[in-house]
Amino acid sequence: MMNHLSEEQFVLYYYGESGGSAGVREHLDACEACRGEYANLQRVLNIVDAAPVPERAANYGAQVWRRLEPELIGRGTRWTRWLVPVRWPMRHWAAIAAMAGLVVAAFLAGRYYPKPHPSPQMAAGQVRERILLVAVGDHLERSQMVLVELVNAHPGQALDISSEQERAGDLVAENRLYRQTAARTGDASVAGVLDELEPVLLEIANGPARLTSEEVDKLRRRIEGDGILFKVRVVGSTVRHREEKAAANPGQKSL
Amino acid sequence: MELTDSVAVAQARDGDSGAFRMLVERHSRHLFRLAYRMTGHQEDAEDVVQETFLRAYRQLAKFDDRASFGTWLYRIAANCSLDLIRARKRRSENQEGPEEGAPDPIQSLADGAPTPERLALSGEVERRVAGALDELSEMERAAFVLRHYEGMCIDDIGRTLGVQPNAAKHSVFRAVQKLRRALEPLVSTA
Repeated sequence: MMNHLSEEQFVLYYYGESGGSAGVREHLDACEACRGEYANLQRVLNIVDAAPVPERAANYGAQVWRRLEPELIGRGTRWTRWLVPVRWPMRHWAAIAAMAGLVVAAFLAGRYYPKPHPSPQMAAGQVRERILLVAVGDHLERSQMVLVELVNAHPGQALDISSEQERAGDLVAENRLYRQTAARTGDASVAGVLDELEPVLLEIANGPARLTSEEVDKLRRRIEGDGILFKVRVVGSTVRHREEKAAANPGQKSL
Repeated sequence: MELTDSVAVAQARDGDSGAFRMLVERHSRHLFRLAYRMTGHQEDAEDVVQETFLRAYRQLAKFDDRASFGTWLYRIAANCSLDLIRARKRRSENQEGPEEGAPDPIQSLADGAPTPERLALSGEVERRVAGALDELSEMERAAFVLRHYEGMCIDDIGRTLGVQPNAAKHSVFRAVQKLRRALEPLVSTA
């Protein structure tokens, strides 16, 4: 009795992959049923080619370069990149600029306003605190996303983490700023978790972009073993809650 | 005279932005086609092209001169596409879970095939092919696109996607099986 060809053999034969193609050809010549099956497969794969791809203009490469160029120039060396993390989203620049402005305003208010009327300082302090809470909450959320992506990577497979690496590199600079600010304002829980987060982000940012399956597992164990993901989640949620409370009661201190 | 890829890469490594620009202009359209087939969305494909060149620029020092720059670039693009698809999937999973008792999308694609005339007239074939590709897992789609459209051999697909050749081969098989289930009703009525 003749054994018919398997679906695997059909597919390999269609794509010209090695694996007894001469035998398959002979069988197809001799077996009408398999010939019919193979013709069906050919028709299906031929209509897959019908899936259109939108055409790009002839100057598409130039358009890509125009979008890319500012990013590449901003990237510079590792050192300048650290000084100027150009890929921070605009809202972070806005938050940092607002914080800096408020620090100056608070200083000037303290310097020139009469002592018995401290309300401008208090208001500035409350606003500054809210801006900081929003920025830290956002920072923890984005850090959490990087960690979750790495923890959820397919086990036992090599992985290209260059995207996570780049984000971790940006997060390190922010992390240092927020940690120092939290320590100065006496916010021990936030400062503590940012302190623990920093070496993990540094390890991701400065390690190889392409991890072997063993390195992926090691990194996953490092993230899970330290419980850093859990801590980031908990503190992130607490910060969000505080920020919401501060927004609802602008006159009260939320710390 | 137009530079070869390897000369342009060497000059770009020495800080010649014009050389890198030439590489961008030379490879962008092909990268877009690959990214579009992998992601199925124009905006995502545009993002993949952008991200691919950013990663390539950052990793230029690691590029092995003996390899083909184009192949190296397409590997990065394939991985960028996978990252983007996974991130998109995670976002949609967080937003909404699968509905209880929802019909099998592959089955619904295969059911009720209209006549070939109508299909030809309405562009339904194109939509169904796009729909069937969307139903593949990210690994199946990536492996299938690299095999079917890019003509990559199974070993190279495995290397590109960071999996064993056997896993790459099975991803291609599963993809073809699913596409057959979804699309065979269209061709068998022809």
